[in-house]
Amino acid sequence: MAHVHEQDANAGAEQRKVIWRTFWILLGITALEFAIAFTLNAGLLKTSIFVGMTIIKAFYIVGEFMHLKHEVKSLIWVLLIPCIFVVWLLIALISEGGSIFDLR
Amino acid sequence: MKASYGKLMMWFFLISDTFTFSALLVSYGLVRYSYPAYAGKVVDFVSSPAYWPIPEKVFDALPFLHGLHAPLIFVGIMTFILIFSSVTMVLAVEAGHRMDRLAVEKYMLWTLLGGATFLGCQAWEWTHFIHGTDEGTVIKELIDGSWVSNTIFGANLTQNQYGPPAFADFFFFITGFHGTHVFSGVILNYMIFYRTSTGFYDRRGSYEMVEKVGLYWHFVDLVWVFVFTFFYLV
Repeated sequence: MAHVHEQDANAGAEQRKVIWRTFWILLGITALEFAIAFTLNAGLLKTSIFVGMTIIKAFYIVGEFMHLKHEVKSLIWVLLIPCIFVVWLLIALISEGGSIFDLR
Repeated sequence: MKASYGKLMMWFFLISDTFTFSALLVSYGLVRYSYPAYAGKVVDFVSSPAYWPIPEKVFDALPFLHGLHAPLIFVGIMTFILIFSSVTMVLAVEAGHRMDRLAVEKYMLWTLLGGATFLGCQAWEWTHFIHGTDEGTVIKELIDGSWVSNTIFGANLTQNQYGPPAFADFFFFITGFHGTHVFSGVILNYMIFYRTSTGFYDRRGSYEMVEKVGLYWHFVDLVWVFVFTFFYLV
């Protein structure tokens, strides 16, 4: 094992840099979320900002940590397209919730 | 596709798990929007089953600091722990690519520590949520045809001092389901650590198993990002 280690002592240095950069981005976004949570009033704007930041965080976790960004295109699409169902469910059930509210 | 069979199957499992968690979170959205939101100022907020609570008024406790109002601080620490354990996991995967057994062991230990700490935090948070605050909340209940005032403390599946009982139900189901995933992840990570330290992957000549379990662990972190936003922030 020792010779393998010696052989590429510097291998992966670039990858480690990317990992730490991703960590700082995730930490920064989370800190920003905290700042917004206590400064902005509840409303559509606040909700959309939070949803947007969550999607950015998800992009970094799935893309860099789970390495999906560097996989083949077909795998990316196979995983992304079924998520349309989630979007559909979200729109359908949120409007359903609003209508239950109106009827109550 | 260049992805190996095992990694592909892990991805397919994760997409099915995505649907399960989405269903839970979207149902939360449905029930949340079927209740009125709290309309007044945040400082004047009092818990009532009549409207949906503001999360920062519910989750504001810290261990060892009883009575201190520290909104969302504890859940912030939990989020940090989980993100950090995701970083150590991906560092273990990277060390695996270099066949560096000692580095894989080191980072797997950090990941295990992060996962276990997160579970401990969640246990404390559940305990606090179940026991409730010192004051409790006065609610009116219809018992044998007459309205009776009762003070209730904490939350369970039928009563909730913080808001509508459905809020507590979703809290237990969503964070509980996520916590179960973290628990399985810790067990899987331990198995990986054990097999690494006994030299199993060196003999096999590949550390791909670290990568597969890594995918699962990052997914658990990903779900927490969504739970954090939709349960604690919005």
